Amino acid sequence: MAVVSGRLLKRRAKRSGSTDYDHLLDVKDVHLAFKGVKAIDGVSFHVDDGELFAIIGPNGSGKTSLFNSINQVYKPQKGDILWKGDSLSGLKPNKTAELGIARTFQNIALYPHMTVVENLLTGRHVRMEAGWLAGSIWWGKAKAEEIENRGIVEDIIDFLEIEQWRKYPVGLLPYGIQKRVELGRALAMDPELLLLDEPVAGMNLEETEDMARFILDIQDELGIAIILVEHDMGLVMDIADRILVVDFGKPIATGLPAEVQRNPNVIKAYLGEELETA
Amino acid sequence: MRGRPLLYTRYEADQAILNTVTKKVMVLIFLSALLLIPFQVLPGLDFLGENDWLRLLSTVAIFIIGALGLNILLGLAGQVSLGHAFFMGVGAYVAAVLGSDPEGLRLGFGLPMWIWLPAAGVVAAGIGVAFGPAAVRVRGLYLAFVTLGLVFVGDYVFRNLISVTGGAEVGRTFPPLEFRLWKEDTPLIDFASDGAWFGIELTSEAKTFYFVLAVAILFMLLAKNLQRTRVGRAFQAIRDRDIAAEIMGVDEVSFKLRAFGISSFYAGVSGALLASFVGTVIPARWDLFLSIQFIAIVLIGGAGTVAGVVLGTAFVTLLPRLVQDATLWMEDVVETGDNLLATLLDLVVATESTDFGLINTLPGVGPGLSVFQLNQVIYGLLIILFLIFEPLGLFGIWIRIRNYWKGWPFTY
Repeated sequence: MAVVSGRLLKRRAKRSGSTDYDHLLDVKDVHLAFKGVKAIDGVSFHVDDGELFAIIGPNGSGKTSLFNSINQVYKPQKGDILWKGDSLSGLKPNKTAELGIARTFQNIALYPHMTVVENLLTGRHVRMEAGWLAGSIWWGKAKAEEIENRGIVEDIIDFLEIEQWRKYPVGLLPYGIQKRVELGRALAMDPELLLLDEPVAGMNLEETEDMARFILDIQDELGIAIILVEHDMGLVMDIADRILVVDFGKPIATGLPAEVQRNPNVIKAYLGEELETA
Repeated sequence: MRGRPLLYTRYEADQAILNTVTKKVMVLIFLSALLLIPFQVLPGLDFLGENDWLRLLSTVAIFIIGALGLNILLGLAGQVSLGHAFFMGVGAYVAAVLGSDPEGLRLGFGLPMWIWLPAAGVVAAGIGVAFGPAAVRVRGLYLAFVTLGLVFVGDYVFRNLISVTGGAEVGRTFPPLEFRLWKEDTPLIDFASDGAWFGIELTSEAKTFYFVLAVAILFMLLAKNLQRTRVGRAFQAIRDRDIAAEIMGVDEVSFKLRAFGISSFYAGVSGALLASFVGTVIPARWDLFLSIQFIAIVLIGGAGTVAGVVLGTAFVTLLPRLVQDATLWMEDVVETGDNLLATLLDLVVATESTDFGLINTLPGVGPGLSVFQLNQVIYGLLIILFLIFEPLGLFGIWIRIRNYWKGWPFTY
């Protein structure tokens, strides 16, 4: 349904760089503790190009901490996270964005006073160059860059079907639309990996279906790899390629949706154990 | 295009600063009105062309430049700074050292304005960036406190660096507003004396007004462009969600430093122009009250918008004059009339040292507030009222009026 404009696809094709790596993202035995609390306790997984990987687990099991570790907001005490074979550790969060890791947040973290267009243009930040002086003068390359990126942003608006909200400050928009704008801002970064933190939390069935469609379109047509953290099991089981289940920071299962569903450890984590009554 | 004024067929038109016909027309009318002010031809507004009003309007233009700077820091990047007056002082003294002729102990190189004016901005920006690392680590109230320290450090330095500032009580003279190519005797363009431009006789006040107006408009354009391009958006992203901004690729520390630098540049230029415009300034001019005036401008006008800055500056800068005029008028009524109005106003103004009144027209004598104190009270009250009732400031009120008339006669 969604129209993916030529320009978005063309930029996908143009992306080059070495493909000489085992996995796009390789998380190796990551440990993260806050004082005594172990948030992540030896999690390993990998994500390949164009894959839709889901991470599920009860609340407080360390899913968002994993995202923050990938973004280098948290620095894991042990283990390593490799991006195309190179370690991410020691980088500042904004560098991970430059490398091509984009993210949406569990609690919407848009810039509420800026319009939809401005929010998406802010997503283009890492793909633009103009400095403050060139921007202040609005001349030559800086101006051309602004206008070109305004066009790219319009493609994303078109893709996510948010044309009518274009000029609204996002703080005024309904929750479901804000979630969509946030997805758009992440797409504007031209990422190779998209971290989606509960993209359908608090949405009704129709909004969830819309979002699922956008996620699948992003994977299929734009070829962007996705890590999805979500509590909506129906959605996860339907669209994920592979699933990692974590509980209290520990990985308890990894595999295809059908495998994970049958895994006794997973059932135990979600439903608890049967009491020994005999 | 006709019939659908909001239909854009090019992104360039959509992104233009004046992207609607209404905006274009209004700016045109406003600009022509400003240009006509010195000729005293505007019906009802001809008093603005009088010399004291022209000087006041020139002050407004100079303050706009400084306020635009604070708006970049406070309105866009969301960083509170009480140190704005300090950077203005730095700019002023850079201008003095570079532009003035040496007098006695005081340094001076007598360089032309095209050197001292940009240099005032650049040096202030340099100090802003150098100070930045201390400031970017703290936020909110703590940042306000750190920058508050700047004002007091500055006050001490300005008082004691006599070879530059002239000392606490004396002050020093600043270079006049005039264009020279180099140190030749007769300036190319001289704003400080009467004369003819293109065959039109102008007073020095009118020439100065035109000059500072042009500089203010230039800085307004620069500020507006900054706001709508990459760096300005990064500032706003930091203001709205700093951690998200960083994950989205904005280097928080480096962009906060840039905001400090750019803001200080504007402050430096504004300070240099102000000192040069006034002529002689004592170090106490760059005090905390000046910083607070700028915060009042940004908050009352509407943080984050260039139009808001213009409205706020006009309001805050003209307010003392209005208060003074109102006081004088009330005093006049009290002293000449004997009707009910005079009796009521007698309770408001004190005309003699034994007279009761909220406002005292005899500074330092008797009860009541002086006009200066009254202004401070009004600034404080206005900041509180605007923060509570109209966080978008005068600009927000304007938006509401505009939206009302857009929808008129319907209510939405």
